[in-house]
Amino acid sequence: MAGDVMSLTRLLELPGDLGALRGLDLAKLLDVARSVETDPMHQFVIQRWAPIHVGGLDLSFTNASFFMLLAAGVILLFLTLALSKRALVPGRMQSVAELTYGFVSGMVRDNLGEEGMKFFPFVFTLFIFIFVANLLGLIPGFYTTTSQLVVTLAMSMVVITIVLVVGFAKHGLKFLKLFAPSGLPILMYPLLVPIEIISFLSRPFSLAIRLFANMLAGHILLKLFGGFVISLAGLGVAGIAAAILPLVTNTAVTALEFLVAFLQAYVFAILTCIYLNDALHPGH
Amino acid sequence: MIANLKAMAAHVAAGAGEASDHAEEAAGLPQLDVSTYTSQLFWLAITFGLLYLLLAKVFLPRLSALLEERRDRVADDLDAAAGLRSEAEDAEHALTAAMADARARAHAIVAKQREKLTAEIDAETAEAEAALDARMAEADEKIEQRKSEALARVREAASDTAGAVVQKLIGVSPSEADVARAIDSASGKA
Repeated sequence: MAGDVMSLTRLLELPGDLGALRGLDLAKLLDVARSVETDPMHQFVIQRWAPIHVGGLDLSFTNASFFMLLAAGVILLFLTLALSKRALVPGRMQSVAELTYGFVSGMVRDNLGEEGMKFFPFVFTLFIFIFVANLLGLIPGFYTTTSQLVVTLAMSMVVITIVLVVGFAKHGLKFLKLFAPSGLPILMYPLLVPIEIISFLSRPFSLAIRLFANMLAGHILLKLFGGFVISLAGLGVAGIAAAILPLVTNTAVTALEFLVAFLQAYVFAILTCIYLNDALHPGH
Repeated sequence: MIANLKAMAAHVAAGAGEASDHAEEAAGLPQLDVSTYTSQLFWLAITFGLLYLLLAKVFLPRLSALLEERRDRVADDLDAAAGLRSEAEDAEHALTAAMADARARAHAIVAKQREKLTAEIDAETAEAEAALDARMAEADEKIEQRKSEALARVREAASDTAGAVVQKLIGVSPSEADVARAIDSASGKA
């Protein structure tokens, strides 16, 4: 809400290049404000809080940057607190930290075996970062960094780069066997190899888009129903009564989004494990 | 951002009532605004890189050490418990053995004592019986003696009486030998 008020203030202080707005009356300006308030896309807009430009690159500190750092900060603060006592019999926070560790290390060990444990810190970082970023995004007014395609795509590209680098470093050209499963009739290869290559190349995109689209859709839904509540409540007593329905729906969707926040972090992490397994064992 | 506002303003100016949908259309997906990408990638790299380093070098080793320590401690404790248990079992075995031993010894002592007592009782009984037998024999002897003495006196009295009776009847004093012969034949007939 605070952000929206800020937008309105900015709107009123717009410089001359938006002279068109100057001529509008207040009622129409409020319409614009309301459109910002209920625009389900507005929550995804990147706002440059501190413009930074280095050598022609825009490295501005934005709302997205802040919430990325916040996610990392929350994780580090939580782990610091959880591990401050290092009790033999863990307290609540320490239990959560230990369970998360066990959960991710079990995932890595099941998929990659003992030799894959060198990837554990990476998978753990991916999982916890996505999970906490997703959760933070559920707090009203907070920016959801994982709803940015470029962010999820960057993470999935890192995954696929590691797969390629480790695959070639470990197996050399034999890594290409990944695209030609053994034990098939020769005639099948011209058909199968392109399919395998396409499926391999589509992995980072499916990985990135799955997370991005889930976050996008969830937050649009929340904002839309939230918008309904506000619009209906503005229509008087009958409207307030009618607003209960979208309010209840929004509560349910919020609960669902908590599940999605965890599930998408889990899916991202487990698919990372499965792809890394190809780098370690390309034979099958 | 400014472009977005411009577009929205245009919509409003054009009298496009409920703005929400139209604003969305005009603004497009903010995620596709390429101008924000460098900043996002830059800050993601910093955040994710830092987080990875701190987790990999500090927090995860600490957690793993903690879990390892607990696993070791639990294993140690289980070992210790198993050790104590076997010790307890040994002690129990020793106790059972000692009990059995003691019981056997007690039985032996009781049996020995009983034997000894039985022997003593037997001996005393035998002694007492022997003494009684001796006294009975003595008594029998005395009775026999008295009896023969008494019998002798009866014979004497009989012969005296017989002599006196014969003298009174026939005035002849019979000889002692005759009387004795007569008594013998009479007592033999009787």
